Amino acid sequence: MTQTFVIITVLAYLASWGLYVRFLNGGNEAAGRLATVLMFLGLAAHYLALLLRAKGTHAVPYHDLQGSMSLFGWLLAVTYLCLEIYHRQRTVGAFVLPVILAFFFTSFLVPDHPSPPSAAHGVVFALHVTLSILAYAAFALSCVLSLIYLAEQRFLRIRKLGDAFWRLPPLELLERMSRTSVLLGLITITVGTALGYWAVDRQPGQPAFFDPKYLMTLLVLVLYVAYFRLARTTAWRGARASMLCVFNFVLVVLSFTVVNLYFSQHHRYF
Amino acid sequence: MEIVLVGLNFRTAPVEVREKVSFSAEQALQASEELRSNGILEETLVLSTCNRSEVYGVNPNGTRESAAALSRYLSRFHELQPDLLNRSLYHHYDHDVVRHLFRVSAGLESMLLGEAEILGQVRDAYLRAQNGNGTGPVLNRLFQAALEVGKRVRAETELGTRPMGVASAGMKLAERIFGKLNDRSALVLGAGTISEQVVSQLRDRNIGRLYLANRSREKAQEFAERYGGEVLEWGEWETALKLPDVIVSAVGVQEPLLTKPLIERAMASRGNRALFLMDLGLPRNIAPGVAELYNTYLYTMDDLTEIVQQNRSARQSEVPKAEALVEEHVGKFISWQASVELIGVLDSLRERMKSRRASFLLEKSSGIERYSAEDREHLIGLMDELIERLLIGPAERLRAEKEFRKKIRNVEAIRELFLSSREKP
Repeated sequence: MTQTFVIITVLAYLASWGLYVRFLNGGNEAAGRLATVLMFLGLAAHYLALLLRAKGTHAVPYHDLQGSMSLFGWLLAVTYLCLEIYHRQRTVGAFVLPVILAFFFTSFLVPDHPSPPSAAHGVVFALHVTLSILAYAAFALSCVLSLIYLAEQRFLRIRKLGDAFWRLPPLELLERMSRTSVLLGLITITVGTALGYWAVDRQPGQPAFFDPKYLMTLLVLVLYVAYFRLARTTAWRGARASMLCVFNFVLVVLSFTVVNLYFSQHHRYF
Repeated sequence: MEIVLVGLNFRTAPVEVREKVSFSAEQALQASEELRSNGILEETLVLSTCNRSEVYGVNPNGTRESAAALSRYLSRFHELQPDLLNRSLYHHYDHDVVRHLFRVSAGLESMLLGEAEILGQVRDAYLRAQNGNGTGPVLNRLFQAALEVGKRVRAETELGTRPMGVASAGMKLAERIFGKLNDRSALVLGAGTISEQVVSQLRDRNIGRLYLANRSREKAQEFAERYGGEVLEWGEWETALKLPDVIVSAVGVQEPLLTKPLIERAMASRGNRALFLMDLGLPRNIAPGVAELYNTYLYTMDDLTEIVQQNRSARQSEVPKAEALVEEHVGKFISWQASVELIGVLDSLRERMKSRRASFLLEKSSGIERYSAEDREHLIGLMDELIERLLIGPAERLRAEKEFRKKIRNVEAIRELFLSSREKP
């Protein structure tokens, strides 16, 4: 049954991507609307695939790397759709879908080794993990938007305007979308981290307050707050702020990989 | 039902003839009314733009004679020699009219391929004719479909996306930076023809605030009164450059008017918000070094001309896509037309069978004299029911036929086999 939903998810995301690309190239409104509908369908199927897998393994999705990556992809899709609806802008879909698909496919490529049970559990812990992953998804989205901004801005400055250029969102809209995404990430990472401390505090025995992951998260938080503030200032608004946003996300990726694998005692995947 | 079109355009008539055959809004209504009251046409619509004058109509008699009558009427209306006019006129009928109109509203028949204005002109002509009771079921359907084709072509192809004029290319670029310009401000330097084109483009895009500056303040004032806008003092750049998001300069100068340090200071005072500059003057009005400043986008006349050239060839490559959309809608319209005709054919066939039933009963009256009036009514009822039952099957099969050409062939076969020419709808 899980397999069926995985196939539906892949097909829906792929078809949605194709239609978003068609919308970007030709501006076909019907294709754009259908792309959004298929994205919703993909999200629903993806959710059911995650749910059935969790039931099968008797564990939450973020218990192992495979589930964590798949959940990240799902939350990225949710964040993107919210942004698409809020800003009424579809052209970005063609760039975001490949990232979602990449996470979804990669989750099947990573080894499916059962992880040792985590000491932390419960609703507060689940909220801590889910909100943190949602924050990272929002930061990933702001990175994609910033990259589009930088590319479009570069085309404009060197006066090389390709076919798709005329369909891309305006630079200022991309900036606004990126800021909305970062704001969402900041709110969720703040609440998620606070809940993390609370969850640790409730742990019996030696609570682990001094994990390097915390320092990294605080650094990420500070850098994104800085981006949020700087993006409206004289010296930084525009391309510089977008470059900072991309740099911040590189740190987030480092936090996922190097810090989690080599330094953190208590964080595995996120 | 026959749709007819008589008209001329930039391909068939020189401007001297076109301007003589153009219709004002009042003349269009007058001609439309006269054509209907004279019985030349049943439904009428006049489409008149600077590049074309066309009269669309539906002929009450289903013949092509109305085209000749329409040509005669046009020469009388515009007081032109029939010979002179006939050389420039084209006549189209039925499906050719549909195809022609769809191509017109798609911008495929425009002098500037894919221009957007024609769709608005078709819409205005249609609304005017509709308000003047010139249109009926056929032209309503035809023009609604034409507007849909125009919208689809602009939404689904690149034909209308890419700007074709220097001024509109500049505006499109500004939109790529700021989005809609209705909450933005622009400063136009100069009051010549190019500045006028730019101001007109800015007004079309509902620019939020428009500032104008010119060496001659009177000319700028005159400009501002015509288009709306605020006149700024020439030379007071420190204050003037703080305000706008878009600066367009098209004045005659020997040295750049807007230097790099000037724009640098302006950028600092406006918090480095993005600034789009269009230099449409020769020699250049804006120092090239301005392009290096952070968050400024400088486009010269050469840059914009190059974009327009690229767009022209890109638009040309979109023609097959637009034509495919036109053909799709022509097919839909013909299908609708055929379904209307199908209903007409079936109604005529029913009428014919009922009249044959009446004459058959009259012919056999001696045999049914012994029946009471009630029995005769019953018998007529039974025969009518039989007619309906006989018609149900073929009608359903005709309606269900998916292949359009086969449907038409079937309708034609019924006409030929069962109906006289008088009864053909």
